Amino acid sequence: MKCGSAVLGLESSCDETAAAVLGADGTILAEAVLSQEAEHSPYGGVVPEIAARAHLDYLPRLVAQVMERAGLGYADLAGVAATSGPGLIGGLIVGSTLGKGIALAHGLPFVAVNHLEAHALTATLPGIVAQDARGQPMPPVRFPYLLLLLSGGHCQCVAVEGVGRYRRLGTTLDDAVGEAFDKAAKLLGLPWPGGPALERLARQGDPARIPLPRPLLGRPGCDFSWSGLKTAVAHAVARCPGGVPSAQDRADIAAGFQAAVAAVLADRARHAIAMLPDATALVVAGGVAANGAVRGALAAAAEARGLPLVAPPVRLCTDNAVMVAWAGIERLRLGLTDALGHAPRPRWPLEELAA
Amino acid sequence: MEAPLTVTLPDLAATGALAARVAPLLRPGDALLLEGPLGAGKSAFARALLRALAGDPALEVPSPSFTLVQSYDLPGGLEAHHFDLYRLDGPADLEELGWEEARRGLVLVEWPERLGSRRPADALMLRMAYGAGEEERVATLSGWPDRLKDLDA
Repeated sequence: MKCGSAVLGLESSCDETAAAVLGADGTILAEAVLSQEAEHSPYGGVVPEIAARAHLDYLPRLVAQVMERAGLGYADLAGVAATSGPGLIGGLIVGSTLGKGIALAHGLPFVAVNHLEAHALTATLPGIVAQDARGQPMPPVRFPYLLLLLSGGHCQCVAVEGVGRYRRLGTTLDDAVGEAFDKAAKLLGLPWPGGPALERLARQGDPARIPLPRPLLGRPGCDFSWSGLKTAVAHAVARCPGGVPSAQDRADIAAGFQAAVAAVLADRARHAIAMLPDATALVVAGGVAANGAVRGALAAAAEARGLPLVAPPVRLCTDNAVMVAWAGIERLRLGLTDALGHAPRPRWPLEELAA
Repeated sequence: MEAPLTVTLPDLAATGALAARVAPLLRPGDALLLEGPLGAGKSAFARALLRALAGDPALEVPSPSFTLVQSYDLPGGLEAHHFDLYRLDGPADLEELGWEEARRGLVLVEWPERLGSRRPADALMLRMAYGAGEEERVATLSGWPDRLKDLDA
């Protein structure tokens, strides 16, 4: 390990507190993620005040832990990267301020990382092996590629043409797809987080028994809309005898919902591929990428156009600090650093980034 | 005792038309509280309202469920803040979302039950309920007897 070449990454934009140290070549030297899921579940979602307080409690400890596990001192770092938007402002302030403090104390450059860019660049991370939809190892992808970012807060399709060069091809007109999963799960009486619980329930269901709409299917472009599907789930629940769905009704609605989401995502992906003909891969990130039915449908859509579906391992698909450190490394390579006065941004569209 | 105004909305376009009629009544410092169950059309109404205020039918109005608040700079210097408080624990957490500052502009609030003691006394309330058909909604407006008179006309 060459001295002064590792990068520390911090992530605190939503409900995961995470820190990681990567070598200059992208080797993961240490990583730690602490989910606030257990603290949030009584409220049925992410509670911002709890999130900010918990980040403040845990992040300094996680930083000490990853530095120790990496066997490095701060003098061994080339820079500190912290997620500075978009996200919940309380958590962003905690993470970026800690990052700036470490940078200031040790005379290191600071990189304010855009959370969406970090997701977008994960697929280029060497050292970790991205896997295709069947779990087979794959080499890191080359620019340009398509990114489908499918999470609780984001639902967009991006042409990734280089570091700092992103074109949004489509976005949600209303709800994010992970939000649709969470709200459908809530309507079905499932605990938070809704996605994994809904997927389990869907396994026992018949997706064809209760037909649900497939918003924007077949329409030009690759925008998304999930609000109508959510409402259709509410109607399907209300139509059950007495407004109380049986166990089988719930499983069938869950299966129908998941099938509708997968079909729409595959359709949107086909359109996105047509919009970026020289794409080398379809990359999927965000928590929804962990859903098996979604992965299967996207893999089929990509393969039909001769493209691999690249899905980073689930731990790197959901929020983590490895991706933040990696985005920091990529930006530092281009000489891009940020002033310590950089203000965290709750809204920070990818297209406002310039490399 | 003021009588609430009830409007039957046969479809989403009717929701948009109602929002367009409410929009000119709104001023900085106003609060519009949107009530009703999941999927009843609270966000759809807020989206149509913000688009009417912006004079831009294609304005991006993403769901505020994840970020808890989305802010908009509208023509004429009006700032609007669209809150979704569903995931909020209680009124104490409002501070972190910049509630006091937001009140200088227009606030649209989904799940206002979470406002507790911060619930503005002079707010316009709009309750969305499911109607007879799948598309139909029933909107009930209350709280602004003077201004709602204009709406009724």
